[in-house]
Amino acid sequence: MGMRHGGRGITIESARNQGETLRQLLAYLKPYTLHLVGVFLLVVVSTLLTLAGPLLVAQAIDRYIVPGDLAGLTRVAVILLGVYIASSVFSGAYSLLMVHIGQKLILDMRSDLFRHLQTLSMSFFDQHETGDLMSRITNDTDTINRVLSSGVTQLAANLLQIVGIFIAMIALSWQLALSSLVILPLMAVITGAIASRSRSAFRDVQRTLGTMNASAEENIAGVRVVQAFAREKETIDEFRAINRENRDAGVRAQQIVALLMPLIDVMSTIAIAIIAGLGGWLTLRNALSIGVLVAFITYVQQFFHPLRQLSQLYNQLQSALAGAERVFEIINSAPTVADKPGAKPLPPIEGRVTFEHVTFGYEPDKPVLVDVSLTAEPGQTIALVGPTGAGKTTIINLLSRFYDVQEGAIRIDGYDIRDIQQESLRRQLGIVLQDTYLFSGTVMDNIRYGRLDATDEEVIEAAKLANADQFICRLPQGYQTVISEQGSNFSQGQRQLIAIARAILADPAILILDEATSSVDTRTEMHIQEALQRLMQGRTSFVIAHRLSTIENADQVLVVNDNRIIERGSHRELLEEGGFYHDLYMSQYRRLPGLVEAG
Amino acid sequence: MKSLRKIVRYLAPYKGWVFAGLGLIVVETLAQLGVPRVLQFVIDKGITPQALNIVLIGAGGLIALALAGALVTVLRAFYTARFSQGMAYDLRNDIFERIQTFSFSNLDQMQTGDLITRVSSDVEMVRMFTSMGFMMIVRAVVLLLGSLVFLVATDPGLSRIMLVLIPAVALIFWLLANVTRPLFKRVQELLSRLNTVVQENLAGVEVVKAFVRERYEINRFEDANEAYMKQAVRVNQLMSGAFPLVLLIANLGTLAVLLLGGREVIGGSLTVGELVAFTNYLTTAMFPVVMLGMILSMLPAADASSERILEVLEAEPDVKERPGAVEAKLTGRVTFENVTFNYNGNADAEVLRNINLRVEPGQRIAVLGATGSGKSTLVNLIPRFYDVTEGRVLVDEYDVRDLTLHSLRSQVGIAMQQAVLFSGTVAENIAYGRPDASMEEIIAAAKAAQAHDFIMRMPEGYQSHVEARGANLSGGQKQRLAIARALLVDPAILILDDSTSAVDMETEYRIQEALDRLMENRTTFIIAQRISSVLNADQIIVLDRGEIVAQGTHRELLKSSPIYQEIYYSQLRDDSVIDVAVSDNNRHGQVERQE
Repeated sequence: MGMRHGGRGITIESARNQGETLRQLLAYLKPYTLHLVGVFLLVVVSTLLTLAGPLLVAQAIDRYIVPGDLAGLTRVAVILLGVYIASSVFSGAYSLLMVHIGQKLILDMRSDLFRHLQTLSMSFFDQHETGDLMSRITNDTDTINRVLSSGVTQLAANLLQIVGIFIAMIALSWQLALSSLVILPLMAVITGAIASRSRSAFRDVQRTLGTMNASAEENIAGVRVVQAFAREKETIDEFRAINRENRDAGVRAQQIVALLMPLIDVMSTIAIAIIAGLGGWLTLRNALSIGVLVAFITYVQQFFHPLRQLSQLYNQLQSALAGAERVFEIINSAPTVADKPGAKPLPPIEGRVTFEHVTFGYEPDKPVLVDVSLTAEPGQTIALVGPTGAGKTTIINLLSRFYDVQEGAIRIDGYDIRDIQQESLRRQLGIVLQDTYLFSGTVMDNIRYGRLDATDEEVIEAAKLANADQFICRLPQGYQTVISEQGSNFSQGQRQLIAIARAILADPAILILDEATSSVDTRTEMHIQEALQRLMQGRTSFVIAHRLSTIENADQVLVVNDNRIIERGSHRELLEEGGFYHDLYMSQYRRLPGLVEAG
Repeated sequence: MKSLRKIVRYLAPYKGWVFAGLGLIVVETLAQLGVPRVLQFVIDKGITPQALNIVLIGAGGLIALALAGALVTVLRAFYTARFSQGMAYDLRNDIFERIQTFSFSNLDQMQTGDLITRVSSDVEMVRMFTSMGFMMIVRAVVLLLGSLVFLVATDPGLSRIMLVLIPAVALIFWLLANVTRPLFKRVQELLSRLNTVVQENLAGVEVVKAFVRERYEINRFEDANEAYMKQAVRVNQLMSGAFPLVLLIANLGTLAVLLLGGREVIGGSLTVGELVAFTNYLTTAMFPVVMLGMILSMLPAADASSERILEVLEAEPDVKERPGAVEAKLTGRVTFENVTFNYNGNADAEVLRNINLRVEPGQRIAVLGATGSGKSTLVNLIPRFYDVTEGRVLVDEYDVRDLTLHSLRSQVGIAMQQAVLFSGTVAENIAYGRPDASMEEIIAAAKAAQAHDFIMRMPEGYQSHVEARGANLSGGQKQRLAIARALLVDPAILILDDSTSAVDMETEYRIQEALDRLMENRTTFIIAQRISSVLNADQIIVLDRGEIVAQGTHRELLKSSPIYQEIYYSQLRDDSVIDVAVSDNNRHGQVERQE
């Protein structure tokens, strides 16, 4: 909607510490040290063989062709053949190995990134766009891969070639060899200057790519709403604008990088020209043989080739680092809700839940709950009632430890939930959320999400209890019907039934129903209520519902308004009190008289 | 390479830059070809006869050539960046635009993660090909031709060696392209799968956390990650194995030249300088051959991605505007004539059967029915999210298929079951359907939807940011923003599809009151579970398994329809509640009469 730029907390500015990023990137190479040593050895051999080629050719010309020794020429040719074959075999071997290492490394990195994402807290996901995170997992790691898989071998091969060729050059003529070095510092300066510019350009490329992905994700996942409001044109314009930024960043990066090669080429040609001039002068003075000069010129050309490659590589590394920065930005971010060191798993619980003077806000200075206390005895049903936005869902979020309280404490069976492992806590909670999310897969898979080792029979049993079995059986493929993305081929009510079945299957000690049946028709709801009543038997249950009929049977009704619990008691007690709950309850029937008359 | 050929047409708008780039690369390559020529000149005419001035002239020539070459190279690279990025930009826009035209039935069968992969990764594959591949092909061809000319000029006999080398290399790459083409397609498909897993995981992160399924999700991800990696390794190893082979062939060429040329030098029919030059030219000639091979190996990857792009670009939306579709100002009469509907032509599972319905402008119609009875499907046919299977839906006197989609949809306001919000401010979200709305209008709509009060309590009021997945809003708040959004469109037809399910009753009651005022001149469809939401409707229809089983006003239905009675009384189970309610209403003086 064209306001992506103002979004708070959407991008975390990285420390931009190149060395740190590089160090972390190199750490990923560590498990492959042995492989890399292998690659290195193969590169050494193959490079030596490559270097041997021109040397042998020079020999062939000077020693055999010029003097006219045909037999000698044949001998050299046979050696050359062996060298060429071996060179190809070795270079093939290290390429294969390096492809393997590169891809494995990216596999590790993606996996680390995704694993780490799974440990991050809800507040992280509230502030990062799905599409941008996706871009980090695929596009940014891909950029690293592209550089790494070829970069490592190139680095090794080029360094070796430089050393090898230089030694050969010195052997041929040390004066010429030294004079060709004059140009090096200049090359380094140019490469550095360009790299520092390309670095920021590549950063822009990766960043805008992430933003573009975010826009695409949001507007593709939400395309139904776009169409409902005939907003296609504006949405497309918005995407175009973001896309344009990505294009411009791409052009800039490509253009900056494009400057490097020609500059290096000019330098190296100048160097070659100087050598040719100098060498010519030396041969005139008979200080150098013609064959040596010819060989030397070939070497000088070859000498600049790896230098050119290295400076190119250094530039490409900038794009890998730009990608790596974005990957490590996530990997290095700590979850705001984390297990304490030495946190113990929560033993099987009875289900006593207490909130002790809990205060909490999603933003520190904007409290959503103030001084909330409550006690739920094992097996009790607690109904949370109150206007939209009063903080009911927040109570549930805190109990599930999606967020940590700012003040006070939440205890389950006496354990402060901050002292136990999150996983062991959530495993004993069964939550049916307001927004029912279904994953792609079959109906069976989605219900089984509640307990992965459940048999088909158990899944069907849970579906029957949730009253979902009926409609599932009417589906073309029954339980094997594939749910399309976000379950768009199911009605909201059907999705809620599946979610309830999922919770039933999980068989939790504490059950949380957050508007679990809001979109189910009342007749179906009555059936589910029966199932839920059975389910809630013997479990502590928290129920949020606006339909008060759902909560009449609760042991305690807590009325939440303006960030506090303002009334508590049973349904009847509260009705008799004639307070907020009473009024809330009455509004349901406010329009009744007219129809009672009609009936 | 059919797909790639079609995609390359996207370069048409950048013809100027493309041709400039191609022209420059010819110049650049010729300059490059000149270098060995000048070197040979220096060796043969300068060094060998020991003529220093020739050596110096030659060296100067080399530098001049290099400078000119550099200038041309930079210019060429600038143009290349422009047209390759420009083409990627256009492609992305077109894919995105096409996705926006897909009907709901198209979308039901697609996955966001897959579509995003096509927008980003597949376009990138094609872009890299046009950016590098294109130029490299021209460069390779020029280099090859140029070197061939020089080779032949230097020694026609020796040049025949190329007749063996080139076909050998070509064969290798032809084979390679054919083998890798389907493999590359698979790589991109697996990347799509990976993206889909990630996208779903992030969109459903609350469920993942609630059910402690992180480990399961990690397994799902790692399966996808590994499948992708394995495929990528397979393809890349094939490609990297080919390179040493081609190198070997090139080297064998050099060897042959040395042997054969050496004989000629010994025989006196070739100078040493010529032999050196020939070897140089051969290296220069083999370089483009190897290069061509590299490009040709990028070709199957680009082609596979092109195919995936075309799959989107060439997919036909199921709901399309007819030629000659008209724009019309609608009053809001809605008629269903014998409407039957099933998803994706699945005749076994009819979702709606033989629906007949007539709603006059300004009427309020309520739709009740069990979960999955077809309520949402029914209203989705009005803005033409799906097309009917049989029969027709009319708005005023127009078949909805005869209206332009924009004209139809901009006059239908809908608040859907799931309140999808977009990143941006609260105000921008409300004004989603009418970006030009004034702040006063936005506030008025928010007030009617009972959203104003909570918005004002947010840190920055209407300028507060809506977080990803609307995480900083409760379900009921999201729904109220969605209602405000629908109201602001000021539609002739308003559809509220179970859009107050998460709103508390008091608030809902106030929304109802506001709607009573606002809905006067518009036709309103309400899908609701709460009977209190539908009491004042001019017509109530009850759907059961896709058929209308009862139709009438509340009073009529309460008398005549057992199914309606059942729904009604199921919500009023507790008689004492009614008593309290009644006495309460009397106390507040809000009840006129009561039996």
